[in-house]
Amino acid sequence: MNFELWGVSIRGRNSSRVLAHEGFIFEMKLKQLEGLLGSIQQFPNPKLELEQYPTGPHIASRLVYTAENTFGDVNGKVVADFGCGCGTLGIAGALMGADYIMGFDVDSQSLETASQNVELIEVDMDLIQCNVKNLALRGQVINTVIMNPPFGTRQKGIDAEFLSVALKVASQAVYSLHKTSTREHIKRIALRDFNAKSAEVLCELRFDVPKMYKFHKKKEVDIAVDLWRFVP
Amino acid sequence: MRLLTHNMLACNIKGVTNGYPLRLEAEKWVEKEVDFNADFLRGVFPKIDWPALVGAARALGFHDLLPVDAPDPSVLASDDELLRRFHRALLQLHVEEGGLVCPETSRRFPINKGIPNMLLHEDEV
Repeated sequence: MNFELWGVSIRGRNSSRVLAHEGFIFEMKLKQLEGLLGSIQQFPNPKLELEQYPTGPHIASRLVYTAENTFGDVNGKVVADFGCGCGTLGIAGALMGADYIMGFDVDSQSLETASQNVELIEVDMDLIQCNVKNLALRGQVINTVIMNPPFGTRQKGIDAEFLSVALKVASQAVYSLHKTSTREHIKRIALRDFNAKSAEVLCELRFDVPKMYKFHKKKEVDIAVDLWRFVP
Repeated sequence: MRLLTHNMLACNIKGVTNGYPLRLEAEKWVEKEVDFNADFLRGVFPKIDWPALVGAARALGFHDLLPVDAPDPSVLASDDELLRRFHRALLQLHVEEGGLVCPETSRRFPINKGIPNMLLHEDEV
């Protein structure tokens, strides 16, 4: 798969180039997924300290679509969404055929919104309030973790803590978004400290963060983000 | 919260060595129909802590839904009725209000609107 095209598609919202590359079915299903995710309600009062940037339908649909169609990590699986916020990634997983979805988040307001979204989209997703870094799960029931963790700009090291727990609980794969500027660091800690079998950047994305917080001077903050796939 | 989730959750308070299974208190629960997927159920079965699942089903008043002793996987392959009971217990029962109690410390984690609150206090981390 040529991920260069994704960068173009995400920046320019030009999905026809993806279509030309992947064929008709890809676009229909992906667009359908993105469309459904577009109706999801986002953070009503985003909290700065938790880095509550919404995972937009465009990025969420591509993450989960790739996880399923390139790697077969979603359909028929038990999938967990760490730092699920309003539930976008988890709901995308459910729509792509995961048999069991769990969403974990520290913030009760986000979970309430996630709960409404789950009902709106008519999928099943269990929600658990917890601090992901303190999470204890028995057994190896979870196949795949999908997450858009905090990038660690407000709380240093939280991105690594999420990754560490994800690689402990997942038996099959972990999909995660991290700032491109931390690429070497992420690769090193995943392989060396968290014993991942592999750590691969699938594509580089532009994360358009709308002006949500006072410290954002520009209208939109464009962050380069890597989509990773780790094998635990 | 469904019972598969209960089957995974443990108490992670600092110093606790025996935080599993959490005792389920169900004040209110609902049942929601889920598509039956035999392959999924057979795949997940070996990873399930059977006594914890039986205990959780009983907490909801289902005393005879599941056999007390874990069935052999070969039985699960041929016994459709048992597989459907397993499906019902694992995926269709949702605890809406109640709590999860740590077997070692008796610390109670509340369940409100279907969401268990597993947040730890500062002195528990």
